[in-house]
Amino acid sequence: MAQKVLVPCSSSSSCGKVQFSPSRVHTQAIAFGGELSQSSSRKNKSLALKAVAAKGETSAPVTAKSGHEILLFDALREGLEEEMARDPTVCVMGEDVGHYGGSYKVTKGLAEKFGDLRVLDTPICENSFTGMGIGAAMTGLRTVVEGMNMGFLLLAYNQISNNAGMLHYTSGGQFKIPVVIRGPGGVGKQLGAEHSQRLESYFQSVPGLQMVACSTPYNAKGLMKAAIRSDNPVILYEHVLLYNLKERIPDEEYVLCLEEAELVRPGKDITILTYSRMRHFVLQAAKTLVERGYDPEIIDIRSLKPFDLFTIGNSIKKTHKVLIVEECMRTGGIGASLRAAIVDNFWDFLDGRPECLSSQDVPTPYAATLEDATVVQPAQIIVKVEQMLQGLI
Amino acid sequence: MARWRQRLLSSACSSSSSSAAAPQALLRLASSALSRQSSSRGFAAAPDDTTPFVVDIPVPYAGHRCDPPEQRVETSAKELVDFFKVMYVMRRMEIAADSLYKAKFIRGFCHLYDGQEAVCVGMEAALTKEDAIITAYRDHCTHIGRGGTVLEVMAELMGRKSGCSLGKGGSMHMYNKEGNFYGGNGIVGAQTALGAGLAFAQKYNKQNAVSLALYGDGAANQGQLFEAMNISALWDLPVIFVCENNHYGMGTAEWRSAKSPEYYKRGDYVPGLKIDGMDVLAVKQGVRFAKEHALTKGPIVLEMDTYRYHGHSMSDPGSTYRTREEISGVRQERDPIERVRKLLLAKEIVTVADLKNLEKQAKAEVDEAVNQAKEGGQPETHELFTHVHVKGLKQLAYGPDRKEVIVPLP
Repeated sequence: MAQKVLVPCSSSSSCGKVQFSPSRVHTQAIAFGGELSQSSSRKNKSLALKAVAAKGETSAPVTAKSGHEILLFDALREGLEEEMARDPTVCVMGEDVGHYGGSYKVTKGLAEKFGDLRVLDTPICENSFTGMGIGAAMTGLRTVVEGMNMGFLLLAYNQISNNAGMLHYTSGGQFKIPVVIRGPGGVGKQLGAEHSQRLESYFQSVPGLQMVACSTPYNAKGLMKAAIRSDNPVILYEHVLLYNLKERIPDEEYVLCLEEAELVRPGKDITILTYSRMRHFVLQAAKTLVERGYDPEIIDIRSLKPFDLFTIGNSIKKTHKVLIVEECMRTGGIGASLRAAIVDNFWDFLDGRPECLSSQDVPTPYAATLEDATVVQPAQIIVKVEQMLQGLI
Repeated sequence: MARWRQRLLSSACSSSSSSAAAPQALLRLASSALSRQSSSRGFAAAPDDTTPFVVDIPVPYAGHRCDPPEQRVETSAKELVDFFKVMYVMRRMEIAADSLYKAKFIRGFCHLYDGQEAVCVGMEAALTKEDAIITAYRDHCTHIGRGGTVLEVMAELMGRKSGCSLGKGGSMHMYNKEGNFYGGNGIVGAQTALGAGLAFAQKYNKQNAVSLALYGDGAANQGQLFEAMNISALWDLPVIFVCENNHYGMGTAEWRSAKSPEYYKRGDYVPGLKIDGMDVLAVKQGVRFAKEHALTKGPIVLEMDTYRYHGHSMSDPGSTYRTREEISGVRQERDPIERVRKLLLAKEIVTVADLKNLEKQAKAEVDEAVNQAKEGGQPETHELFTHVHVKGLKQLAYGPDRKEVIVPLP
């Protein structure tokens, strides 16, 4: 069966014009019933989604009747299952991934289907089973290492940074490390400080790693498949609160591009860059912003390392204002690096400084109100955007 | 402590005196060998003779949860001469690296293996190229054992593009994919988990091969080693954990860092074997036994009782934590090359003049490699950005102008 694979436009396009790549055409055509022009009628269309557990109308490239509805954890499982069936060298290892079915059910049923060796229950030894996954990947196996919570992978930091990230370089290109390291991270619902870590800040400066964050069932499945097929070590960041997000995804096989950002809502007033759970907060805030007459362009950057500067740049060249909404802490987070990249590359196109809304530089508290105050909330996004668009900052 | 130092010199068991009579007493030719035709020179065996004969191993093995192998090993004249040749090349290579370091051709960290050659050479005699080896940073000679050339090692040490890692790895990052040599690792102990992964892949692919994860007495106290032993034993991975015990973790002697310096027993439920690491034939026998064990029963720990003459690295003089008498004592009593030399002479496989020739050849080989390596060019600037990533699934990372960039930075 021909694989419907979404590819970006490859021509060297002229700057300043937004290029809708075939993937985005595919995406947007269905959603807007074929309308691609940025007519003013779209301003009045209410495009924003509800925050969590919403039917993703703009991102899922299917009509109401085709495809199948799925929850995000199940989409990940589908992607993983398809890849394991397709390639016998793909194997999963992690705590409770096998007989238990995975602590978030991402590997449910796989051990029965593929056996204990391919869906391996490990003891609680992150350092060594991550190292084992990397060593096996050096020989050519495509290992998927699951951290039950991303925070636990801090114990395997040495393996991930020195061995996964750098081995291809220090061996002069002799060895490839096609490992996928995945797991839920981010601030959950009162999980406590040590289980609410955002590891993308820590790993982003390791050379050699590739990092992607999924946010909807559609991109979760596509990114999982792409990460497994990639010959580079990829860290796939899932979010602990997004596993039950429901969406209709295509029946046909599809693989997304790891390095590409997703244009969620085209607009012309301001560029809002976000990823993972904050995407849904931004969309929730966008509902209100649209009602008040603003036209934000929302991009889910998806690729945390490397950044898709082409998509981001085209957007900035159009809107001249950028707001980054992230869940990382202010210091040393993805937003910090993204701001630096935007200033370095698109300074001439900016009307004001690139703004960033991030989590507070504190350990995540347990109390519900304090935890809510740690992360960015939709109301803050609305206030910030209004300030920026009214020229107040 | 004095007893410990004494043990270093006598290798923990029946001491092998340095008299020339001892090797003769140790030899027991198999009866078939006696009827062998002598070569035209009237010697007992020609240097390229592959007829096997049996040699006794003076120092007994010590087993933990396993019956140690026999204290006799089969070898041949050719094998012994090859041992001598390759060990001597390794020795000369490490000494050359020493002078190059002092002349500032080699910078950074340089960990030399001289004294320990018997371990990697003996290992190779019992293994095939399907077996995988991974070690720590004292890897120059292991790289040679796995099929690397002296030129690649020297060029890599000097940071030239003709090096085995294109000059981008350095002393601690030498790899050889065809030889199934997985490095060359800088961080102490991390390679043991990788070694378990290599064995996992061998088991997954149903290969009839083993993986050897080498580590030192210093790394033997790393938690990840015990994690790796646990998962290897749990899943019967065909891995052999080899502790190259040279008795010092940089400046800290083993009795100052390990509550139990009996490293072959530290696997607890994993069987272990202690081997005289200065005797290349003992190493060969021990590794052959271990390979059989790993393929049939599961992981095993080998402790190689060995010694390094240099300090931990070139920045360490090696004499602040041990006496010069100790170093020269071990060199006199237990040097691996001298043992093979005595055996060759006692068995009358070669003459002293032959050995001198071999030594000269080895020295010439190493000198030639050094000169060639010195002439090698530095890597080009654009190589800074190559091999950071493998070409991606759909595309490499693009910069803002959509041209393919090699540096996928934000």
